Amino acid sequence: MINSLCSSLEKEVEERSGEKVRLCYQCGKCSNGCLFNFAMDILPHQVMKLVQYGQKERLLRSHTIWLCAACETCTARCPNDIDVARVMDTLRQMALEEGVKPSERIIPLFHRCFLGNIKVTGRISEPILMGSYKTLSGDLFTDMELALEMLKKGKIKLLPSVIKNRRELRRIFKETRP
Amino acid sequence: MKEYSYFPGCSQLSSAEEYGISAQEVSEALGFRLKALPDWNCCGASSAHMTNHLLSLALPGRNLVLARQEGRDLVVICAACYHNLKSAQMELLSDEAAAHRVEEIVGSDPRFEGRIVTLLDVLAEELGLDDMEGRVKSKLEGLRPVSYYGCLMARPRGIMEDDDPDNPAFMDRLLSVLGAEVKNWSYKTDCCGGSLSLTRPDIVASLVNRLFEAAEEAGANCMVTACPMCLANLEMRQSEKRLRYSLKHDMPVFFFTELMGLALGLEDVEDWFGRHLIDPRPLLAQAGLTR
Repeated sequence: MINSLCSSLEKEVEERSGEKVRLCYQCGKCSNGCLFNFAMDILPHQVMKLVQYGQKERLLRSHTIWLCAACETCTARCPNDIDVARVMDTLRQMALEEGVKPSERIIPLFHRCFLGNIKVTGRISEPILMGSYKTLSGDLFTDMELALEMLKKGKIKLLPSVIKNRRELRRIFKETRP
Repeated sequence: MKEYSYFPGCSQLSSAEEYGISAQEVSEALGFRLKALPDWNCCGASSAHMTNHLLSLALPGRNLVLARQEGRDLVVICAACYHNLKSAQMELLSDEAAAHRVEEIVGSDPRFEGRIVTLLDVLAEELGLDDMEGRVKSKLEGLRPVSYYGCLMARPRGIMEDDDPDNPAFMDRLLSVLGAEVKNWSYKTDCCGGSLSLTRPDIVASLVNRLFEAAEEAGANCMVTACPMCLANLEMRQSEKRLRYSLKHDMPVFFFTELMGLALGLEDVEDWFGRHLIDPRPLLAQAGLTR
């Protein structure tokens, strides 16, 4: 795949994440320890290299940036103290801000539903979260049996717990809109 | 009685209600009280820090304002909330511009300078294990747990105090003191994939099954965790029918606070065990730990 070069990418990612991506010398510890490496299209150490190389389009369109679960194994093990998980956060945020069509459609959609739930009630309520996520993802029936069992065990509450100061909540979401 | 501020986290309202209740009851039995922050809000979980950095400071920021007003150290029992609150605290205390921006948004100074700790930290400091041993009423003999810290409690950007981020040991020692035969394994902090549980159950299934295989191989008959996301994920994604996976596991998963309650002889333990998707009561009966 031929990609356009974005010469400012390394600088942009470093400024936004506060991490010195240029220090990565490709030891591969992040990729070896990554629990999700088997599902990724670009391995974490390759992500670091591609940031150095300005391969923005490839990175923002990758499955990897959405499959990273932010467990921070990479961060804990990097010999150069690069917070690799934080760099992944930055790439995800850039992908969303630039309107790149995500390779993993429903993962960012789930995040949107999750934050949408917080915006309304201040705390997560499974019926609200699952209602919006199931509707928007179109994946209506997976886990239905599980949901019923959880309801029976009292692990899902039908009534949401709502915080009192919703004015502050609205302000947080208004002021932090990217 | 010494008081701590306490951040319950959303899962304690629903899927992990037994974690919150057992944490509070165990604390009181051991002589300290967890006082919930008034009107706390969700920390934003993975969804905030993955998609919007400022939001991932402002949502915890509002809670840090509340903690600052209460003026006590803050105990966070959920590993994910702990991670988010502590990460935000570190950034707000070290980056003045960020602190000012969040102050504008949440309306008050978010620079909480008290300590943010897990319940395991508190147990280590307040009690120590020798003292704990003297309080055990029924030894957990017959239980062979592996301790599963999950990823976020042991290494929130390498900042959990006094333990090895790749091989934490305090929970193992605690369970041994309670009389359990703790098994050693190499998967203590391997991520279970919790944040992808609903969106990519295929990936999560392989991670969860790998954990149960390893636990079985280590000779364990249960897993013990300190993270409500892990417990939900491990219980939900374990059985064959749900996973369409070749192995069938039915290994119970406990919160460490539940086993503490059992060992301390607290009254409500049966209620907690009855809420699990994988019923641990047959194992407890087999081990002679049912009253």
